[in-house]
Amino acid sequence: MQALYAQLLVGLINGSFYALLSLGLAVIFGMLNIINFAHGALYMMGAFVAYFLLNLGGINYWWALLLAPIIVGIFGMLLERTMLKFLTGLDHLYGLLLTFGIALIVQGVFQNYFGSSGLPYSIPDQLKGGLNLGFMFLPIYRAWVVVFSLFVCIATWFLIEKTRLGAYLRAATENPTLVRAFGINVPRMITLTYGLGVGLAALAGVLSAPINQVRPLMGADLIIVVFAVVVIGGMGSIMGSIITGFALGVIEGLTKYFYPEASNTVVFVLMVLVLLVKPTGLTGRAA
Amino acid sequence: MTALTDDTLTVTPRAMRDEMILFVVMALLLASVPFTGVYPFFVMQALCFALLACAFNLLIGYGGLLSFGHAMFMGTAGYCSAHALKVWALPPELGVLVGVAAAFGLSLITGYISIRRQGIYFSMITLALSQLLYFIYLQAPFTHGEDGIQGIPQGHMFGIFDLSKPTVLYYVVLVGFLAGFLLIYRIINSPFGEVLKSIRENEPRAISLGYRTDQYKFLAFVLSGTLAGFAGALKVFVAQNASLTDVHWSMSGEVVLMTLVGGLGTIFGPVVGAFVIIAMQQYLAGFGQWVTVIQGSIFVICVLTFRRGIIGEIAHYFRRSL
Repeated sequence: MQALYAQLLVGLINGSFYALLSLGLAVIFGMLNIINFAHGALYMMGAFVAYFLLNLGGINYWWALLLAPIIVGIFGMLLERTMLKFLTGLDHLYGLLLTFGIALIVQGVFQNYFGSSGLPYSIPDQLKGGLNLGFMFLPIYRAWVVVFSLFVCIATWFLIEKTRLGAYLRAATENPTLVRAFGINVPRMITLTYGLGVGLAALAGVLSAPINQVRPLMGADLIIVVFAVVVIGGMGSIMGSIITGFALGVIEGLTKYFYPEASNTVVFVLMVLVLLVKPTGLTGRAA
Repeated sequence: MTALTDDTLTVTPRAMRDEMILFVVMALLLASVPFTGVYPFFVMQALCFALLACAFNLLIGYGGLLSFGHAMFMGTAGYCSAHALKVWALPPELGVLVGVAAAFGLSLITGYISIRRQGIYFSMITLALSQLLYFIYLQAPFTHGEDGIQGIPQGHMFGIFDLSKPTVLYYVVLVGFLAGFLLIYRIINSPFGEVLKSIRENEPRAISLGYRTDQYKFLAFVLSGTLAGFAGALKVFVAQNASLTDVHWSMSGEVVLMTLVGGLGTIFGPVVGAFVIIAMQQYLAGFGQWVTVIQGSIFVICVLTFRRGIIGEIAHYFRRSL
């Protein structure tokens, strides 16, 4: 039973990363109509920025949690201003190809300087140790990751669905020309949205740094699983991506306990099954 | 939304004549390779990738469907051909047939699943399916995991052509490539190809004209996947191994890059693109991971400034369709 709970916890943690990443993808897709293939590379950058802050600047985990998303978010906004901006009005596929190219560049540069092996990032002192719950041992850092990412997901959902800024955002997604006529600077909003989505990816990167090692390719294979999560969830709603992200992480964790051979493939198999029954995904609108 | 490819020119007898002349020039140039100092294995490898890129281009350039998992057909056919040649000891021609049949079966299944969603969802689904297969091949016993299938016997094609001789192997691969290329050319210029182009330009209108567009797209997917498998089966004889790199999604990315560099939706573009990218990998191998950075930069430059690709720009300049 101990092992089952441990796998469930691992599943919840992976689910947090899936949720944060697919949430960022959904936000970006809503405004820019681009599937951000560079999302995995930016997640990796978040972890590396946290690593640099600690080892070069002596800046601790808590500041990294705030600073890394801002730094990577600014990098993302520069990408949007200098490149992605020029794709408006073109076929969606060009956005996918451009961001794929950006991902290759970013990952290649990091691989040149850091090889493919991992760099360690230690757990902050305040979150070391664990709790004995009687039925299982709960490492505090892991519990923190789940609780904190859940909090961030819900805060993002609140920002987009319940605030005035979010209302502008949703309106601009539906009809940018009309929103612009009301005097709102739509291009600036698009840039900020891209920054927000990228910041969510970087935040996931910081959270994962103490659990998984900091590696140049840490986002490369993860992003494909997240794409499968997105296909299953459908990206129709913000809440949909959060719930699908966590749920699939848990399912993956359960598979690792009951049938480990399938743990790498279960998300993809689920994607096939969902597509056969409901081609638009669980919460998706027709494309 | 602007169209994916530059196809404002109609197919005229003059265009057909241009294309046929270019095809003869290409065939003669390739046929003369063994008489020059060019390393034949480099050209053979490029030919296999060129056929793969042409098959991929059939889907995106004429059907508007960006498959991001096309390496799975090449890899699957490669593994099945390699297994048939080495373990079952089949002759080369049957080995190729086994690989192509496997790719055909796989494209039936993956096409049925992925064709239900369009645009970027289609791309993500093909990518996820190829990653699913990657993990299956990583664990399946017959692929030997990380080692791959090695030391594949080349044998005698039809009992006559000794494939262990580089020149004979070269001409067999060349004939295979040219046959595949002509088949794709024929498909594009058939009534089926015309319907496919109309779907790419405006799917709702094609539906309102009474075409069952899903069936057309499915057929294009199966043709493209099967031909990609043919390329993978040929590659087994060139490389004499079948490994996980051929199924990994980064290979699918390379195929996209080749087609994009040469020109999406042009007939000769994928061939030129494949030669450019393979040559680049060959000569820049000493730069290590910088090759990835260079490839990424080419992606970015192509998408931002050079969307028609090499052949597309030339064709646009001379106002011909190539």
